[in-house]
Amino acid sequence: MTQTIPQVADYIRILPELVLAFFGLVVMVLDPLLDDEGSRKTLGGIALLGALCGLGASLWMAQSPGLAFWNMVRVDSFSVFFHVLITAIVAVVILTSYEYMAVQRIRAGEYYGLILFGAVGMTLMSSAVELVLIFIALEISSISSYVLAGFRRREASSSESSLKYFLLGSFATAFFLYGVALMFGATGSTNITAISQALQAKGVPRLAYVAVALMFVGLGFKVASAPFHVWTPDVYEGAPAPIVALMSTGSKAAAFAVLLRVMFEINTPGRFWLIWVSAALSMTLGNLSALVQDNVKRLLAYSSIAHAGYLLVAFAAQPGPGISAAMFYTASYAAMNVGAFAVVSHFAGAEERYVTLADYAGLGRRSPLLAATLTIFLLSLIGIPITGGFFAKFYVFSAALKSGLVWLTLIGLLNSAIGAYYYLRIIVMMYMREPKGEITVRRIPASLGVALALSVLATLYLGVLPGRVLDFALRSATQLMQPHRAAITPAPTPPVGTM
Amino acid sequence: MVPLSYYLMLSGILFACGILGFLLKRNIITIFMSIELMLNGVNLSFVAFAAHWHALSGQVFVFFVMVVAAAEAAVGLAIIIAVYRTRETLNVDQVNLLKL
Repeated sequence: MTQTIPQVADYIRILPELVLAFFGLVVMVLDPLLDDEGSRKTLGGIALLGALCGLGASLWMAQSPGLAFWNMVRVDSFSVFFHVLITAIVAVVILTSYEYMAVQRIRAGEYYGLILFGAVGMTLMSSAVELVLIFIALEISSISSYVLAGFRRREASSSESSLKYFLLGSFATAFFLYGVALMFGATGSTNITAISQALQAKGVPRLAYVAVALMFVGLGFKVASAPFHVWTPDVYEGAPAPIVALMSTGSKAAAFAVLLRVMFEINTPGRFWLIWVSAALSMTLGNLSALVQDNVKRLLAYSSIAHAGYLLVAFAAQPGPGISAAMFYTASYAAMNVGAFAVVSHFAGAEERYVTLADYAGLGRRSPLLAATLTIFLLSLIGIPITGGFFAKFYVFSAALKSGLVWLTLIGLLNSAIGAYYYLRIIVMMYMREPKGEITVRRIPASLGVALALSVLATLYLGVLPGRVLDFALRSATQLMQPHRAAITPAPTPPVGTM
Repeated sequence: MVPLSYYLMLSGILFACGILGFLLKRNIITIFMSIELMLNGVNLSFVAFAAHWHALSGQVFVFFVMVVAAAEAAVGLAIIIAVYRTRETLNVDQVNLLKL
C-alpha cells in the first residue's frame, strides 16, 4: 500500500527547501576560496539568487498541491503563502545585509549560508504537518538564528545577545518537545491530521490539554508573545540589525504558521483562554514598555511584542476570518518591519553606533529620503489608512468583533492608541528636532534602495489594494479547515450541548 | 512489568530538575546541561509512550531528538566560548551588558 521510494512529486513539494539548501551549500563551499571583499560581494549575490530561486520554486510548488513523504509535508495554499512570504523576506534581508556587512567589515560567507539554512527551516515549518518534523524544522531555523544573532563577534553585546537567545530558545524548545511527546502519548500519533481525528473520535484526554499548553509555551517564545517575551529586547538590541529584521518577521511568520496549523487543524482543546490572556498581556506589556525606550532597536523589539499580541487576537477569533486575518497581518507586518529595520541598519553605521532615539534627531533634514521611508513604515506600524498596517489591524479586530470578543478588541484598540505615541515620537524626533552633533548619513546604495523600495511598495500595496492577498488568505483558511471537517463528518458523536 | 505511569513520573521529574537547574544555577555550562537534562526527560517519555502504543516511531523520534540536541550542543558551546572570550566569565549574573 505505501510505496517505500519517494516519488518525483514528493521532491517537487519540498523544492523550495531543496533549492535554498543547495544555494546555502554553494555559499559555504565557495567561502574559503574568496577574500573578505569577495565573500561579501560574490556570496551576497549568490545568496540573493538562491532566495529568488526559492521564491520561484515556491510558486512552481503551488502547481502540485498535496501530501508528500508519507504525510509529513503538505503543500496547500496555506504553505505556499508562507513559502512566498518567507523567501521574499529573506531576499530583502540579503539586499539589506549587502551594505551592512561591508560597513561592519565582517566576513560574510557563513552569514549568507546561515540565512539560507535558516530559511530552509522556516519554510519547512510552514508546510510540515507532522509534529516531530515541525520540531526539527523549528530547530534548523533556531540554531541558524542563534549563530546569526552573535555574528558581530567582536562586540560583547552581540555575543551576549546570542547567548541569551540560545539559552532561552533551547529552554523553550524543550517545552515544545515535551508537548509533542505528551500529544504522542495522548493520541498515539504525531501527525496533525491523525491527532485531530483521534481527538474527535475518542474524546480529549487530560494529557492533551497539558500537551497543548506546553507546545504553546515553545511557540509563544518563538513569536515573542508575553509572558514568554523577556528575551526579545535584549536579543534584538545586540543582534545585527538585518538579522533582527529576519527574526522579527521570517521566524515569527513561520512560528505563527505552525501555531495556526496546531491550533486550528488539530482544533486544539482549551486554547481560547490561553490565547486570550497571552494576547492581552503581549499588547499591554509590549506597548507600555516601548513608551520608555531610548534605543530604537529596543523600541522596535517591544513594538514587535505588541504586534504579536494583535496577531494573537486573530487566533482567539472564529477560525474562518481569524486565520485569514492572521495571515494578512503576518504579511503586512513583514513588509513594514523589514523596511523599518533596513533603515535602522543603514543608519546605525560602523559597529552600530547610532541606534538611540537622540541620534535620529534632525534626520528629516540630513537625509529626507531615509526619513520619509522610515516615516511610512512607522505610520504603517501605527495603523494609519492607506498603509498595510491599517488593514491588518482592521481585519484582526473585525474578526474578533464578529466572534464576540468585545473586551479583547477594546484592549487592542486602546493599545493601538498607546502605540501611536512612541512611533510618533521617532517621527517628531526626525522632523522637529535639531540634529545633535555631526552624524554623517551615507548615501543609500543601490541594493538598499531596492530593498527599501520593495518594502514601501509592499506596505502601500497591502494598504491600498488588500483584496487579492486577502482573497488568497481566505482560500487558504478554508483549505486549512478542510481536513479537519473531513475528520468531523465520519465521527458519529451527536452534538451534545447544542440544545 | 513496570507500569507506564512510573516512566512518565520519572520523565516529569527529570524535566522538572532541568527547569530548576536552568532557573537556579549561575554557571552557563551548568545551565546548558540542565537543558540537556530536560531533553532527556522528554526522550524517556517518548520511549515509554512508544512501548505503550506499540509504535516504533516513538523510539525513532528519540534519535532525532538526540541529533538535534547534539547540533544544539555544538552551536551552544561555540557561543559560550565566544562569550568567554569577550567577557572572561561564565557567570550569567556578570553577562549583563544588555539590561534585562
